[in-house]
Amino acid sequence: MKSQNPIAWLLPVVLLLGFAGIWRLQRDIDGQRVSLSEERDDVLLRSGKLMKVMSLEYAPLLADIYWTRVVQYYGNKHVRGQANLELLWPLLDITTTLDPNLLISYRFGAMFLSQAPPAGAGRPDLAVKLIERGIQTNPEYWRLYEDLGFIYYFDLKDYKKASDAFLEGSEKPNAQLWMKIMAARVAAEGESLETSVFLWKDIYNSTSDPSVKKNALMHLQLLKVKEDCQQLDLLADEYAKRFGKRPVRMSELVQAGLLQGIPGDPLGFPYIFGEEGKAELNLDSPLLEQQLLLERFK
Amino acid sequence: MPGLAIEIENLTKEYPFGFLHLKKKTSLEGLNMQVETGEVFGFIGPNGAGKSTTIKLLMRLIFPTAGSARILGKPISDVEMHRDIGYLPEQPYFYDYLTAAEVLDYFARFHDLTAADRKERVERMLKKVGLETARKIQLRKYSKGMLQRVGLAQAILHDPKVVILDEPMSGLDPVGRREVRDIILELKKDGKTVMFSTHILSDAEMLCDRVGVIVGGKLRGVGAPGTLVDMKTQGMEILFELTAESNVPLLAKATRTGDRYRLQVAEEELYAAIEQLRATGARILSVSQVKATLEEFFMNLVAADRAQASAVEVSGK
Amino acid sequence: MKRAGVVALNTFREAVRDRVLYNLVFFALLMMAAAIAVGQISIGIEQTVIVSLGLSAISVIGLLISVFIGVALVSKEMDKRTLYALLAKPVRRWEFLLGKFAGLVLTLAVNTAAMALGLVLVMIYVKHSLEGSDAAVLVAVYFIWLKLALIVALALLFSCFTTPLLAILFTVGLYIVGLYVQELRNLPVEVMSPAMAAFTRWLSYLLPNFENFNVMALAAHGRAVPGALILQNTLYTVTYCAIVLTAAAAVFSRKNLK
Repeated sequence: MKSQNPIAWLLPVVLLLGFAGIWRLQRDIDGQRVSLSEERDDVLLRSGKLMKVMSLEYAPLLADIYWTRVVQYYGNKHVRGQANLELLWPLLDITTTLDPNLLISYRFGAMFLSQAPPAGAGRPDLAVKLIERGIQTNPEYWRLYEDLGFIYYFDLKDYKKASDAFLEGSEKPNAQLWMKIMAARVAAEGESLETSVFLWKDIYNSTSDPSVKKNALMHLQLLKVKEDCQQLDLLADEYAKRFGKRPVRMSELVQAGLLQGIPGDPLGFPYIFGEEGKAELNLDSPLLEQQLLLERFK
Repeated sequence: MPGLAIEIENLTKEYPFGFLHLKKKTSLEGLNMQVETGEVFGFIGPNGAGKSTTIKLLMRLIFPTAGSARILGKPISDVEMHRDIGYLPEQPYFYDYLTAAEVLDYFARFHDLTAADRKERVERMLKKVGLETARKIQLRKYSKGMLQRVGLAQAILHDPKVVILDEPMSGLDPVGRREVRDIILELKKDGKTVMFSTHILSDAEMLCDRVGVIVGGKLRGVGAPGTLVDMKTQGMEILFELTAESNVPLLAKATRTGDRYRLQVAEEELYAAIEQLRATGARILSVSQVKATLEEFFMNLVAADRAQASAVEVSGK
Repeated sequence: MKRAGVVALNTFREAVRDRVLYNLVFFALLMMAAAIAVGQISIGIEQTVIVSLGLSAISVIGLLISVFIGVALVSKEMDKRTLYALLAKPVRRWEFLLGKFAGLVLTLAVNTAAMALGLVLVMIYVKHSLEGSDAAVLVAVYFIWLKLALIVALALLFSCFTTPLLAILFTVGLYIVGLYVQELRNLPVEVMSPAMAAFTRWLSYLLPNFENFNVMALAAHGRAVPGALILQNTLYTVTYCAIVLTAAAAVFSRKNLK
């Protein structure tokens, strides 16, 4: 005798209408809270040591939670294109104090910190501090030396220290051979296109994080652009020598037989000559925006 | 007055159990039974026979696997019909932070009564079940028997037409049992229908117009008590003390507790046995009838059932 | 509905007789200690400290009551079989459930209001005055009460189909998840697959969002809470409780008592 249960009939209706209402209300509430939420972006306790004491035996777990917060914080700001990343350091500081062996937090943390805005916080000094803390607790991990060298090379342009970092790292277990080569090359040449390409390629190949990969790819593409433009400028000089005037269009180089066809950037957009007669990215190329952003904050 | 107070049709209850509830235990199997208006109906069977299951099904505390039931002509799913039913659960338990008067008042509030009417009824009921002196005590301090009385009071508080009592005598002392009997008879006199379950045959014998016997989840018969169950005495028991050493052969059959001996003899041998005992100088303390307990009666029934391998059916074995 | 009211009042009476409201003594002691301690610490942040501490205490005490008693509301009645005699009365099971819910929410209202009064008294003691902006504290207390009502509804639902211990775990678990629902939505979407992103977004709207009720920071700094938010949160709680209680009633009305 399965008697009809009126509530069982009512339930789907209530669930449907109710959750539709909840959806609607939650959107409204979110809208209301946006104006209030700015100040919630705050790290109440800035002392990592205090946090560690308070976390009982669960410090590593708490470190993971804090690391998630770092990624979220960075991700949010990154998506919104906000350059203000002042809470990045306190969050990383707490994370690495809670769990000094959370290697990922040093590596990515340093990258978030060191890069010029908008890609990072533009604080290579703090990035160096973070990596050095990581090296202190994990002295045998060669990747940290690579990251240190990376920061010195790209962000601080201190090639002596970059070379030292690569050399020290190359002596650690499992370190790859190129670390030693890189140490020598950076010491001898300072910044060179070849070294930069190599370093970004290594980042690109060794990471599994899609956002880091994307960032490395972007840098690689811009380096390629830089290299291409240098080549094109050389060809333009050649053209000027032959015809007594600088070329205005790429097609002039082709007509002069200096190029087979009009070359394109890594995304396929043909290069153009700018107002000053230098080779530049096409105005339609998405890479242009990235390039301008990077240069503005340099 | 003709008419049926309770009609039960093919009521079946299976409990799933075991891993993933794959197995089923049948605790009530296709019960068909009617209780007539105005009668006292005894529902008897050994423990675990399905008495409580049936009553809980009637009260919609559990839901049947199959079958249906009607009370006062209305399907049991009709909640309003509960205005006319009183129910005493087995081993009742109530909010122990309330006093007897409070708990009765609480239950009375579910019926449409005026405040004055409610107060008057609560007083009357407390008096009826003999709790007026304990009315201000929280139920956590009540004994099992006292709780049973509270349970009875709440079952008849609202003057129901049908009263269903699950083991109303259990946990009561002899005085309490007699009081419950009186209440049941009084209800009958007022034209109420009473159905109660018990495993004590003498209670049923004394009160019921008809009884239904249930064993192993199946109804074994319905009818007037006595016609249904053979309740002839099994024999006589003599309780005696010895004043001097003796070696009467009868003594070997007696069981000794302390200084006293118990001897069971067949009814027709009673006088001969007493003669023999007196001859040895024994002091006879009492002679009483030994009745077959319902329990024993049912055990026999169950044993007979087992032979047909159908006492307890377990599907999926 | 009248019958649900009878059950509700009895539930309230049970809570009072079971000395649930004794927690108020603990709260009073805590607030007194805080008031004295704050005087020793520093000038300028008394308001913040007292309000955050007071609201946190109200919330934590309320949470304990609503989870533990919320789960026990029905399971205790089933366990002790006090429900049997009651269900034989002309009461529908959903009426009983609703009454139980209303009774505990009423208890929590009295309890929370008493604690709020204590908090206001301590604020007066510390600041020697009250300003209009302090109304935000009362709004925060109201939001805590809404949150507790939702938790009671969830506890009730879980206790209808599982053991009390599991019901407590589920309720607490859902509460914790509900605090981070916001974060779920703020996850950088580009790292997830589109299906995963859609799923988390979907979840983030449908799971109970307990962060909605958190205006502690505003209250602590004496900033006003927008009226629209008060209305929205009230509607949110009413709707969510209606959903959860309907589900609980659907489960409970077909439940076999043991």
